[in-house]
Amino acid sequence: MTAADVFKAPGLLLLAALLQVSVLWTIEVSNGHPDLLLVLVVVLALVRGPLLGSVAGFSAGLFLDVATFSTLGISSLLLTLVGYWSGRLGSIMSKSSPHPPLLAVGLATIAVALGSAFLHFVLGSTVGASELLGRVLLPTLVLNLLLAYPVHRLVCRLFPRTTRAAREVIVPG
Amino acid sequence: MALVLVSLALITVYFRESSGGTLHSAQRIGVSILTPFEVAGERVSRPFRDAYGWTADLVGAKSDNERLREEVQALRKQVIQNETAAEENKRLQKMLNYIGGSRYPVGFTAVPTQVIQKPPNPYAQQILVHAGTSNGVKIYDPVVTQEGLVGIVTDVTSGTAQVRLLTDQASAVSAEVLGTGASGIVARGPSDSSTLVLNRVPKDEVVTEGDLVITSGWQSGPLTSLYPKGIPIGKVSGVSRRDVDLYTRIQVTPLVDFGSLDDVIVLTAGDPKKP
Repeated sequence: MTAADVFKAPGLLLLAALLQVSVLWTIEVSNGHPDLLLVLVVVLALVRGPLLGSVAGFSAGLFLDVATFSTLGISSLLLTLVGYWSGRLGSIMSKSSPHPPLLAVGLATIAVALGSAFLHFVLGSTVGASELLGRVLLPTLVLNLLLAYPVHRLVCRLFPRTTRAAREVIVPG
Repeated sequence: MALVLVSLALITVYFRESSGGTLHSAQRIGVSILTPFEVAGERVSRPFRDAYGWTADLVGAKSDNERLREEVQALRKQVIQNETAAEENKRLQKMLNYIGGSRYPVGFTAVPTQVIQKPPNPYAQQILVHAGTSNGVKIYDPVVTQEGLVGIVTDVTSGTAQVRLLTDQASAVSAEVLGTGASGIVARGPSDSSTLVLNRVPKDEVVTEGDLVITSGWQSGPLTSLYPKGIPIGKVSGVSRRDVDLYTRIQVTPLVDFGSLDDVIVLTAGDPKKP
């Protein structure tokens, strides 16, 4: 993580969060919405590692919880974990998978949906499995996968690879 | 790890505290700070969302249109089926009323059946009905509708019977004019198959237009007419008495519409099985 990242990442996250709450939540396919914040957190983590990923996830989650008047901590917990594991996944997948953003975003979307269902179940509110899987998770997954590559390109342009990271990729093992 | 713990702590505290608690108050402040941004974002994005909504509605309207067209087609078919069933029900009800009524000939059992083949050409005035020997139908059984006489069975299989119509050139039925006693033989008219003539009526008989012509059902020793007495055939539509003719020529318009026969009744002398 560079010093520039400290300024660019929050700005990008704030912009994405505002876009999410004002625009993207109004786009509804079945009962699913595109989750730009989740995609951004995953891609940031892939590009910059687990530390930035988990911090970005926590911030984005907290923002969402505040903005939506939800139980504070749920989104931040889920996105923190997603950011962290996406960062860990990124270091492995960049060498083995030709499509790291797609795989990471897909896994993250499923994990967040199931994790959210679990946490809400623990807190006493439930949703039907068919509703969750069919009408929420599936369309959200498709929409997020559509966002994955454009967001990845944008993030790669805004957060160019550091010399150390580039060297790690060029000379594997 | 620390962020996870913070998140868990947030969840726990938020969930346990009252709505006036610290986190709730902080959240309210956060929402009030974010609201202007959300409003601005909403205003900026509204035209795009409207455009998206309009497009989505258009796509939805198109699919709705297709679905509704299919529904209309299905309902049209249903309406046709219902109307056909209602018509058939009406016809069968009339037939039942006829069979149970006073005009039904005594000593005959009804075999209601459907016409499965119309006259193949103008020369052969014959139809095929869906009842045969398995239903008790025999050759020379008379065939009627509730309106009147149709013809006679001329051939029969186990499941079908051929009926020679009254309008066939080979048909001849002894008949009388109801209320006058004038009797003769009804046969196909010389011009076309839609009219009949009542021949061999003496000139001194008084017959007027509109009189009803029925089967006479004669009996002479062991011989009897193939047709029972009293089955309506038609109405007198013309009377001609020329000096050169030996008999009065009476034109009869049949009561049965031979062009649209759907259901008929075969009158059998035995106890038929169901068709």
